[in-house]
Amino acid sequence: MAVTRPGKPVQRARGLSDRAVAWIFISPTIVLLLAINIFPLLWTIYLSFTNYRANQPGRPVRWVGVENYERLLGSEDIWEYLQATAHFVGWSIFFQVVLGLGLALLINRQFKGHTALTTLILLPMMLSPAVVGVFWTYIYQPQAGIFNYIINFFIDAGSFTMIGDVNLAPWSIVLVDTWMWTPYVMLICLAGLRSIPDYIYEAAEVDRASKLRQFWSITLPMVLPFLMLAVLFRAIENFKMFDMVVELTSGGPGSITELASINLKREAFEKWRTGYSSAFAVILFVTVFGAGNIYVKFLNKVKQR
Amino acid sequence: MSGPSTRSVLEPSPWSQRLAALLVIVYALITMIPLVWIVLTGLKTPPDAIAYPPKVFFEPSLEGYVNLFTARSRQAPEYMASLPPPTSWYDELVRKRNMVITGPSRFAERYLNSVIIGFGSTFLAVFLGTIAAYGFSRFKVPLKDDLLFFILSTRMMPPIAVAVPIFLMYRVLGLSDTHLGMILLYTMVNVSLAVWLLKGFIDEIPMEYEEAALVDGYSRMQAFWKVVLPQAKTGIAATAIFCLIFAWNEYAFALLLTSGEAQTAPPFIPIIIGEGGLDWPAVGAGTTLFLLPIVFFTVLLRKHLLRGITFGAVRK
Repeated sequence: MAVTRPGKPVQRARGLSDRAVAWIFISPTIVLLLAINIFPLLWTIYLSFTNYRANQPGRPVRWVGVENYERLLGSEDIWEYLQATAHFVGWSIFFQVVLGLGLALLINRQFKGHTALTTLILLPMMLSPAVVGVFWTYIYQPQAGIFNYIINFFIDAGSFTMIGDVNLAPWSIVLVDTWMWTPYVMLICLAGLRSIPDYIYEAAEVDRASKLRQFWSITLPMVLPFLMLAVLFRAIENFKMFDMVVELTSGGPGSITELASINLKREAFEKWRTGYSSAFAVILFVTVFGAGNIYVKFLNKVKQR
Repeated sequence: MSGPSTRSVLEPSPWSQRLAALLVIVYALITMIPLVWIVLTGLKTPPDAIAYPPKVFFEPSLEGYVNLFTARSRQAPEYMASLPPPTSWYDELVRKRNMVITGPSRFAERYLNSVIIGFGSTFLAVFLGTIAAYGFSRFKVPLKDDLLFFILSTRMMPPIAVAVPIFLMYRVLGLSDTHLGMILLYTMVNVSLAVWLLKGFIDEIPMEYEEAALVDGYSRMQAFWKVVLPQAKTGIAATAIFCLIFAWNEYAFALLLTSGEAQTAPPFIPIIIGEGGLDWPAVGAGTTLFLLPIVFFTVLLRKHLLRGITFGAVRK
């Protein structure tokens, strides 16, 4: 290893200046994001003020001002889609946090074989959401499906269909998402638990603090930043949820599970109302961006405590 | 075994450990049911797959796998009778259903596309992510927090929201439905995750090592390659796995922007149509094959994955 020789003055490094290295290292990422993310985003914003239709390239494009936005915010359907999205995001995250944190606390007891079990538990989140959606339609099938069979084994629920029922469908997607992503929250919580130094608990023991007290005043506050980070990522992912739900319910029955992204796809690639769908995309993005911004500021405050 | 004086006050009691183990095992068993079920379905015959009540015990068959990899057509019984005897086991399996194999399906092609695009984009994203994360971790960058937030915010965009402009842009550039186009696209999506994850890992590496190297006459680049990279390799591996999983599983862009050449497996699996609906054994077989590499990578790097996520890898 490097040993600083005594007497040798600290000199500036050879080669490129730090400033140059920093720019060389950071700019490719920024350029890539500008080219394939920001440029299309600006294009989407431009399109949202026009009557452009992507399936009719020859049609003259007319600037329509905020007409698309007016129509969007004036339609009642939009609120329904946003409500469906909020229900999905809120409940799936709630269950994932409860189960994920619970599992992490249990696994942190470090019983024999906990690493192998952890690996096993992680598997669902490794799967492709679209493929998960497809095979859960099979699991939810009223007759051949294993889900109904198991439920009926324990309680006499009779014949029901998770995906086809207006009341059950919103929960069917929450359940699948919870099944998939609880391990994600668990893994991040586990990281948080392991970051707590032993001496804090030792000090608490010396002070004769009860286990419950230790949980509330040591464990929870120290895991909180990790948990909040997990929630941030899950919330963003679920807010733009498309693949799993589109394969599972395709937004049905009716439009009960038509989440924002599914509606967006319908408008943009089935009805080809590009201008209108672009306006919706902009509204969605501003919402997530705004909420995410506030949340990160809040998260940083919690971290600094 | 050992007396109470040697046991740490922090170590959970054996009783609570056993209870915790039991609860976690119950969770694992429940959560495994859907997975095991779909893998089993891949080994069923189509009638077994839609039997009521669901069949837990059945005679395994490779029909699902044969259906996954072949295209078949139904023939009249007279025509079937006129054929020469089957030349292979899979030929025989298909003929039992009064069908003949007309050629390979596109599954193998789609799978290969997933491999090429998955690894290509992972390599690029991790490369870009590592150097950018180093840049953010070690240097004074103007508007650093804003740039980092900008990078994160690119992930907030629903893919469908930018799909139309990307489609139009790719058409002009000749990138639509190409491997390169999809690799660049997935790199763009993954690089934000890579930067954020890797910045965490690199932040944990003590700066003293590099400073010592710099004092010893290394250039910044040399210090980065010879001192920082080796220490960050666990973090890089964990990040790579996350990126690979994302690219491997991505569906929305693949569905909307590819059709023939560069389409990956996820949009293909849901459209494996059998007679009267989806061919469930073939879907099960496709899902199983699609999941296998991910299981392999997860198990291979499970310790690093956990350590990586716990930020413990780079801490001494």
